[in-house]
Amino acid sequence: METVVFIVSALIVLAGGLGVVSSRNPVHAALSLIATLFGIAVLFLNLGAQLLAVVQVIVYTGAIVVLILFVMMLLGVDREEDLETEPLVGQRLLAGLIGLLFLGAVLAVIVIGREAIVTGTQSVTGAISPTISNISQIGTALFTTYVFALEITAGLLTIAVVGAVVLSRRPNDLAPIPEPESMINMGDEPLTAIPEEGAH
Amino acid sequence: MNMLGGDPLLSGQIDLAVVLIVLLKVVAVFAFLLVATMLMIWFERKVVSDFQNRVGPNTAGPFGILQTLADGIKFFFKEDLIPDRAERRVFILAPLLTVVPAFLLFTIVPFGGDFSNGHDGSVELFGHTTYLQLADPAIGILFALAMSSIAVYGVMLAGWSSGSKYPLLGSVRASAQMVSYEAALGLSVCAVVLTTGTLSTHGIVVAQAGSGWGGFIPHWNLIATGFVPFVVFLLASQAELNRPPFDLVEAEQELVGSYHTEYSSIRFALFFVAEFMNSVTMAAIIVTLFLGGPAGPALLGPGWLWGIIWFLLKMTAFLFLFVWVRSTLPRVRYDQLMDLGWKVLIPLSLGWLLLLATFWVARDQHWNGFVTVGLGAVVGLTGYGLLKGAIATSKARRLEGVVD
Repeated sequence: METVVFIVSALIVLAGGLGVVSSRNPVHAALSLIATLFGIAVLFLNLGAQLLAVVQVIVYTGAIVVLILFVMMLLGVDREEDLETEPLVGQRLLAGLIGLLFLGAVLAVIVIGREAIVTGTQSVTGAISPTISNISQIGTALFTTYVFALEITAGLLTIAVVGAVVLSRRPNDLAPIPEPESMINMGDEPLTAIPEEGAH
Repeated sequence: MNMLGGDPLLSGQIDLAVVLIVLLKVVAVFAFLLVATMLMIWFERKVVSDFQNRVGPNTAGPFGILQTLADGIKFFFKEDLIPDRAERRVFILAPLLTVVPAFLLFTIVPFGGDFSNGHDGSVELFGHTTYLQLADPAIGILFALAMSSIAVYGVMLAGWSSGSKYPLLGSVRASAQMVSYEAALGLSVCAVVLTTGTLSTHGIVVAQAGSGWGGFIPHWNLIATGFVPFVVFLLASQAELNRPPFDLVEAEQELVGSYHTEYSSIRFALFFVAEFMNSVTMAAIIVTLFLGGPAGPALLGPGWLWGIIWFLLKMTAFLFLFVWVRSTLPRVRYDQLMDLGWKVLIPLSLGWLLLLATFWVARDQHWNGFVTVGLGAVVGLTGYGLLKGAIATSKARRLEGVVD
């Protein structure tokens, strides 16, 4: 049962990931990203990490991708893109090579390690203690062991919010930045047309 | 089975009866939701007609109760139009993305069971003990928040994929509104979770069951959390559902039909059904969170039946309230909507949550309750004053034209 769920959701994750990079339309790419994030949420469920799964859905699918889509719609950057041109020359070849290298490394570990790769230790995302629920374990850890990191993160987020507010306000009593000298006296062509005599 | 967040009482050996019970529950919940949605559409039209001094649907069936069914059949036979400039695949996907979360939302709602006299609401079915709710995962109410945050996608993509101006504007409004009010919704759910100490919806209902204070005031979270989270949740849920007076999304005068302008036939019907289904589910969730769900005294006959009766009664009361509000209040302006969400509901629910947390800490540490809560209230009021001052200053500066 677990294996079947794993295979199906892993396929969804992979297909979504490929969709993100190969869609011509940014909105389709965002939709593929949603599929990937959902697949990951199912993988978490499969590992018994219910809280992580639901947080994954609420935070990533429900907030971050919604904002990405929102900005795309608001700014109207949902044009089809040309996938033929490569912004960086040789980028795709390099990406493919690195991907193959990574796949080779994983396969090599499996081949060389044989039985030794199954360590038998518990997965990082699984429950530490089977008797206490995941949620209370995470809560206890967050507010005791990692309370400093938690508070610092909260502070960082507050700073980010305040920074965004400060950056987005536009004081309009500031004088416009003058054009640099070099742009004004470039040659005999004036930047603004001089009204001809008797034109009025 | 347990891994899928299924019924925790079913873990262990799974036989045919268990599978049958789950199937039975799925069918029952599915049928209940469909019938409830159908009746809700009829109920809303009928009640609104009463408020407006007209008759309303009265031809199909007794009191026009089959009107929705007739409309549904009519929708099936209408031509299915897909606009030329629409993004075909997304256009077809969007109504489904709206309906599926609407169905899934109801899975965690406990709709029956005997909670009186210290019973925990479990019933015997084919020799197995089970709860009258489709699933009781440990994450419970968070699942509802996750589903309601996914519901934005249907609206958003429908508007975008139509390839036309008004749907796009409508869907941008809708997503801004739903994202803003989700925060207030989540914060008032936090207050309930803090008070009951569990995320599971069944646990939340059990915590509210019993004879209550003084033997007759029920142990509802409505009172235990101090009314404020309930009011915030009720307001935010109306905005989340895009119901009047917060139906800016479908302001016909401004946006034609908003995100479903270009939809016709059964695809439009799916949006329509999802909207009313969400109203039913939201009423059920409010009842679960704040009014004890199916908990209530069992008068005569089997206790589990009384659970269902109480649940339906409470839910109907809320559905009536929704319709009442809809037919009484005019639509708010867009800036009023955003002000209410960001400057009133979110600070209020956040402040109240902190106050509640202070109260519980004071209780655990045996501090003087009055002093702690009084001090907390003073801090909260100072924060409110600062916020008010900041808003007033920014408004003054905007009017002076210093910033835009």
